[in-house]
Amino acid sequence: MSQARSSLPRTIAAHAILIAYTIIALFPVILIVMNSFKSRQAIFRSPLMPPTAETFDLVGYRTVMVQGDFFLYFQNSLIVTVVSLFLVLLFGAMAAFALAEYRFRGNTLTGLYLALGIMIPIRLGTVAILQLMVASGLVNTRTALILVYTAQGLPLAIFILSEFTRQISDDLKNAGRIDGLSEYRIFFRLVLPLLRPAMATVAVFTMIPIWNDLWFPLILAPAEPTKTITLGVQIFLGQFVTNWNAVLSALSLAIVPVLVLYLIFSRQLIRGITSGAVK
Amino acid sequence: MGSLRLENIKKSFGQVEVLKGIDLDVKEGEFIVFVGPSGCGKSTLLRIVAGLEDATSGEVLIDGAKVNTVPPAKRGIAMVFQTYALYPHLTVRNNMGLGLKQAGAPAPEIAKRIATASTMLSLDPYLERRPAELSGGQRQRVAIGRAVVREPKLFLFDEPLSNLDAALRVNTRLEIAQLHRRLSATMIYVTHDQVEAMTLADRIVVLNNGHVEQIGAPMQLYNAPANEFVAGFIGSPKMNFIDGGRLGESVKTIGVRPEHLSVDAAKGDWKGTVIHVEHLGADTNLYIDTEKAGLLTARIFGEYRAEPGSTVHATPEPAKTYRFDEEGRRIE
Repeated sequence: MSQARSSLPRTIAAHAILIAYTIIALFPVILIVMNSFKSRQAIFRSPLMPPTAETFDLVGYRTVMVQGDFFLYFQNSLIVTVVSLFLVLLFGAMAAFALAEYRFRGNTLTGLYLALGIMIPIRLGTVAILQLMVASGLVNTRTALILVYTAQGLPLAIFILSEFTRQISDDLKNAGRIDGLSEYRIFFRLVLPLLRPAMATVAVFTMIPIWNDLWFPLILAPAEPTKTITLGVQIFLGQFVTNWNAVLSALSLAIVPVLVLYLIFSRQLIRGITSGAVK
Repeated sequence: MGSLRLENIKKSFGQVEVLKGIDLDVKEGEFIVFVGPSGCGKSTLLRIVAGLEDATSGEVLIDGAKVNTVPPAKRGIAMVFQTYALYPHLTVRNNMGLGLKQAGAPAPEIAKRIATASTMLSLDPYLERRPAELSGGQRQRVAIGRAVVREPKLFLFDEPLSNLDAALRVNTRLEIAQLHRRLSATMIYVTHDQVEAMTLADRIVVLNNGHVEQIGAPMQLYNAPANEFVAGFIGSPKMNFIDGGRLGESVKTIGVRPEHLSVDAAKGDWKGTVIHVEHLGADTNLYIDTEKAGLLTARIFGEYRAEPGSTVHATPEPAKTYRFDEEGRRIE
């Protein structure tokens, strides 16, 4: 190890801080996964112990599979998240491209207006949104959730992506124009691939709040066929009795899809910008 | 085929007037270079010719036809950019062929033209590679190839050599000059480098602050600059400007090129002290602080031994001094 740039105490300190943070961050997740494999008594008697041969019990998972339609809830969550994500990324990138690329009257104002949603939480408008959904007959549909989540995700997406779009070389877009590509082809074929790392970042930020949201499913789509997984878990949380085995198992299962989506996007994050276009 | 005419082109961005009425006539087969300091509007002018920017007023005519409202792809032009601007997802072959494909040219014709261009630019071994797998010089050759394949009426070059290192710049400059000779096409080339301007151009357009200072052949600009700006811009090192009053002359400014000053240790017109010496091998640049004429640069061919601090005498060649009036115009 080179001595000029690092010293042993400093390396130890850095690692100690990072390890401590990792433990704090992972502790609740590990606790949930660990206890989901234990019997009810074991959960309460020794919540911090890993499952042993005696305490190992899959009762939680059995309950989840039998009670309630968990595959449907999963499917609902997945559809809502993936479709919203797709729409946020598509419209976010398009709006960002328009704001960054074209000079028109009110450009800055439009940009500010679109970014307003970052500062004003969409939940403030819940009553109005509910009225709107009732009026348009969209209550208890996945469409209602997708529309709301798309609106919720767009401001941040536009804000981040327009910054990245500005950095894409004008020459590349102009070369496309001279070769006779339409503005849509320029956007989809030349600009979008270069935006991929930024889009992955936005995707991660957008996806997790949607997957975890309880508020809008509860208000807009509480019916059995449109329940999302976070809402579905609530049936095990009673006013007097809570089926902890089932809650923990359901939550453990709910982690898996987000993890998979995250891994897909983080690979994009790491791969980095396609080089060779400019310099 | 391939003439260009600009009539009173003006361009403003908001309140800022970038081009203040440009008139220009480019004949078929001419190599025209726009040169000027950064921010003078030369790239904007090129973009207006290409159709990538709209002029605020004025007209662009290609081959006598007004093209103000014609989109870039339909103007019969091809452009080479400073940053190469190759499509990163396409191979060299497809990069070169995309424009023709978009225009609906038949596949055998496209293949034939790519073959011709790639042979001309020795790109044959790289046709199946992507831009990321090429070096800077190769990328710029592909960009030039992409322009050649289109067989345009007008070639537009936007500082194509600025991103290349010095050695490659000379090579690529040579290739562009040969290309012009071989295709005898009309080319418009934007640069801030006066060496590129002098070596490539049939005629140079010197731009400053949004207007044309002078249009002329390279040697015409060097030998007979219209004003102080052109005199200072063309030639390296820069021309020395001496206040007329200090030399007891009636004109505002007197200009002497560094290469037209002779230096002698014993005698001469302007006595001074050597401040700094630059040895370039083929020639030597001397910076001399003279009593009468102020700070001067002298360029001496070959090697000249002088120590900073030593006393020398500089003498201008009488026939090669320039006189400028109050407005900076040259007095014949």
